[in-house]
Amino acid sequence: MATGMHSNSLNRPELTLGIKLQQINWGLILLLTLIASVGFAMLYSAANGSWTPWAMRQAIRFGIGLVITLGIALIDIRFLMRWSYAFYFVSLGLLGVVEIAGEIGMGAQRWIDLGVFRLQPSELMKLALVLALARYFHRQTFEEVGRIRSLFIPLVLVFAPAILVLRQPDLGTAGMIILGGGAIFFLAGVRIWKFVTVLVLGLSAIPIGWQFLHNYQKNRILTFINPENDPLGAGYHILQSKIALGSGGLFGKGFLQGSQSHLNFLPEKQTDFIFTMLAEELGLAGALFLLLLYVLALGYGFAIALRCSSQFGRLLALGTTTTLFLYMFINIAMVMGLIPVVGVPLPLISYGGTAMLTAMIGFGLIINCYVHRDIEIGRQGFEDED
Amino acid sequence: MRMKNPKDQDTKRAFTRRSLILGAGQLGLVGALGARLYYLQVVEADRYRTLSEENQFNLELLPPTRGLILDRNGVLVASNEDNFRVDLVPEQTSDVRATINALRQVVHVDDWDVKRVLKEISRKRSFVPVTVVENLTREDISRVAVNAPYLPGIRIEEGRSRVYPFGSKAVNITGYVAAVSDTELTGDPVLELPDFRIGKSGIEKLYDQEMRGSAGRRQVEVNALGRIIRKLPGDEGQPGKNVHLTLDMGLQIFAHERLERGSSERVPIADIRVQEAIARSGVPKRYLENDDGTVFLDKGGNIVQGESGAAIVMDVHTGEVLTIASTPGFDPNNFNKGLSARDWENLLSNPRHPLTNKAIAGTYPPGSTFKMIVALAALEAGVIGPETEVYCNGHTDLGNARFHCWKRWGHGKMDVMDALEQSCDVYFYEAAKRVGIDRISEMARRFGLGETLEIELPGERNGLIPTREWKLAVRGERWQKGETLITGIGQGFVLVTPLQLAVMTARLVNGGYAVKPTLIRREEGDEQIPKMNVSRGNLAYVLEGMRRVVNGAHGSARSAKIPESGVQVGGKTGTAQVRRITKAERLTGVIPNEELPWRERDHGLFVGYAPAEAPRYAVAVVLEHGGGSKYAVPIARDILARAMEADGFEASEAEPVEILPQAQPETDQG
Repeated sequence: MATGMHSNSLNRPELTLGIKLQQINWGLILLLTLIASVGFAMLYSAANGSWTPWAMRQAIRFGIGLVITLGIALIDIRFLMRWSYAFYFVSLGLLGVVEIAGEIGMGAQRWIDLGVFRLQPSELMKLALVLALARYFHRQTFEEVGRIRSLFIPLVLVFAPAILVLRQPDLGTAGMIILGGGAIFFLAGVRIWKFVTVLVLGLSAIPIGWQFLHNYQKNRILTFINPENDPLGAGYHILQSKIALGSGGLFGKGFLQGSQSHLNFLPEKQTDFIFTMLAEELGLAGALFLLLLYVLALGYGFAIALRCSSQFGRLLALGTTTTLFLYMFINIAMVMGLIPVVGVPLPLISYGGTAMLTAMIGFGLIINCYVHRDIEIGRQGFEDED
Repeated sequence: MRMKNPKDQDTKRAFTRRSLILGAGQLGLVGALGARLYYLQVVEADRYRTLSEENQFNLELLPPTRGLILDRNGVLVASNEDNFRVDLVPEQTSDVRATINALRQVVHVDDWDVKRVLKEISRKRSFVPVTVVENLTREDISRVAVNAPYLPGIRIEEGRSRVYPFGSKAVNITGYVAAVSDTELTGDPVLELPDFRIGKSGIEKLYDQEMRGSAGRRQVEVNALGRIIRKLPGDEGQPGKNVHLTLDMGLQIFAHERLERGSSERVPIADIRVQEAIARSGVPKRYLENDDGTVFLDKGGNIVQGESGAAIVMDVHTGEVLTIASTPGFDPNNFNKGLSARDWENLLSNPRHPLTNKAIAGTYPPGSTFKMIVALAALEAGVIGPETEVYCNGHTDLGNARFHCWKRWGHGKMDVMDALEQSCDVYFYEAAKRVGIDRISEMARRFGLGETLEIELPGERNGLIPTREWKLAVRGERWQKGETLITGIGQGFVLVTPLQLAVMTARLVNGGYAVKPTLIRREEGDEQIPKMNVSRGNLAYVLEGMRRVVNGAHGSARSAKIPESGVQVGGKTGTAQVRRITKAERLTGVIPNEELPWRERDHGLFVGYAPAEAPRYAVAVVLEHGGGSKYAVPIARDILARAMEADGFEASEAEPVEILPQAQPETDQG
């Protein structure tokens, strides 16, 4: 394998820009554009057949996002690794700022108002965590990972932001951070019995944790369990979403024809419930088509991870892929009433700047891993340090 | 190039293995999403589609406009008018009482209404609007509208309400509409609309379906807030059909007022004579005051109640009813607004039965008005001839029983025309005895007595024409010959409605055609009216008798003449006794009706027609306990005169009517 790679120009310490551009997964870019275009169409419909206020701005964002994706894909992966912790701590710091600002503001404050747009540090955190964990586990051997002692730092890395996000309070993001972190633990080789232990402990902690939940969080969970209990109150959104989905049928009511969406029975149809609108207007066929696009895009992530020669690249690619999967899964499962309503957007499709940015950065990282798949990275993130 | 760290191979192997597990897990979760989608969108699709449509569309019912009722000249007898009302939706206000109090600052709301509203609110669901006040003027409504911000839960609604411009004067025909009661719900959703009214009596009830029309149905698309997004074209519904009556409202009003007044005088309350009467007898005027602020004063200056009775005018050839009055009436407009329990009680307990349409549902012994039937039955049977004379000495004996003539000392020799003219009872005892009850009953039925005439009003009664079979079946006794004699003068078991009397008269004078009364104007259908098999000659003898009742030297209704128009009237009086006159009373002198309590006074009847030479209108007047026929005759005369006048027989010397010279020679015969 090593000899075969000798002839390969890709494992040279530095890649030229031309080679990098050649290596970019243009197929994946095309796939992303396709998914985003579905989003534009749905936003166009959500505005009753108008490019304003959502579809046009979303397309512009996607264009900018694409540039960012490509930019990130071209950054040297070792640079990424070296700066991983820095990203992480900046994100954590911003989360702390939100926490302070949130105390002053009312209710769930999750963004920093930068004037031009609102930065949601919790979104950035999801990727920064993947970077930080990938870097941490990169220098761990399989045996080292097996030691409990070596899990202390990564656990802190996961729970510090998770706790901050929970205090905002944002149950969905906290869950995603823990699940995303857990996936990297799993991929890095943390022993299975530890997961089982944590799972058992976690389940037994539910009754205790219940008391720390806000009332509206409790209500969400309760109405999730039985939405028909309160059809005009907390269960209204889930019920209306299910009605919209179900009434779509096999082929949907037709583009721009979703009565549930257009008559405002559907809440937040341009953001969290956009999948419902798609399924109402385009039916099972449209919904399955979108799922297929996602599976293909995420499949790229898996394939790329498996081809990476560095542990950092592997973990980064698949950690990011898993994070994006969690976005998609939680959002769709939520609108179908499979899990409680948590404010998680549908990547590339939901209207919103930060959500778009996160997804595009994520895919940029994945492509970066592909471009730099054969770069050997030392323990500290430099090429040769042995 | 550095060497591969073999330990890296472990992490790589673990990664590969675990990434496949993770991938399988993610695929499995995506599969779960797909399965859920399939469940929602295919398995449960129908259920959710229904729910979605229920969300999207509300069915809106458009109440149809109720058909109008018009008289023969197109005068509105029942119509609809816009009606503004104020509704309260309890759930839209935090404090119902405060809202009502605020509303009372703006428009007048009765205490009684406040109580009703609070009661209704406690019974109904909180989103159902409750009507607070109705029949508001535009000014009131604009005041409410201006103050709307301070009146949470208050809504202004525009509805239609039924209006009867003639009120009590035609209520026995129009009937009235009122709110739908629970027992009348048929499942037709239009009946459940808050201000829907249905016919409860009269034409309104009989033609309710036709006049109701059909409700429009429209789907309105609503958004999540219930705001109407668009109205879909739907079934616009059909307005109710109009009903055109044969009634002449001018004559109807005249007849009603004339009948009610009787022999008294209509005097304004403020009149000094009324004040004197009140001072004298202390009668609480509340009970006797008419709608228009007048009272009736009799000849002695006493306040009296209006007459209770019925009057009918019909076209003898077509059966069209021009007037069908029944007194006392009641104001149907009150039912639309909702009648108070006390007012309803008063209507029910009034001994003069305002709720009964006496013209079709009041049954009375016809008295002497029945004598034409007896005469005709006897003539047709050949048991008497026109020249047959009977000697009246004041009574007839049958076995031990003595049957008295109204004229104590008798009429002397009478033929059939004399007997009709003077209403000699003895003659008709004899005629009845000869012809027998069977043929009398048969003749009575041919003239429309004893069975409903199917006029277009609900509640028509049969009356009663007795037969042997009837008596055996109902009383379990055999027919007595004495009962035949009593029947001969229209007493005993015989009961007829005023309408039947009018129809009988019409059939007598129209040449023997079995006309049926109708209130509904029809398109010219030239319906063949069946001819009755009665000899024209015999009819002529009866008619001559009737002509002489009014025009003869000894006629019992000479006051029925209409000298000013020169139109000759024919007719027959009737007095129906409602109490038994004892032998002792007969000896000491029969107590005059005027001295009897109202309930014991005789019914006064008159049937008539005009013009005598070419009859056109038949009239029947029945005064309940009116004190005898002499009180009915002038009423009938005035009504007939008015009918003729409306027909062009102007009561003026300036326009001598052509018919006059022709009428003259016949008058000379009397």
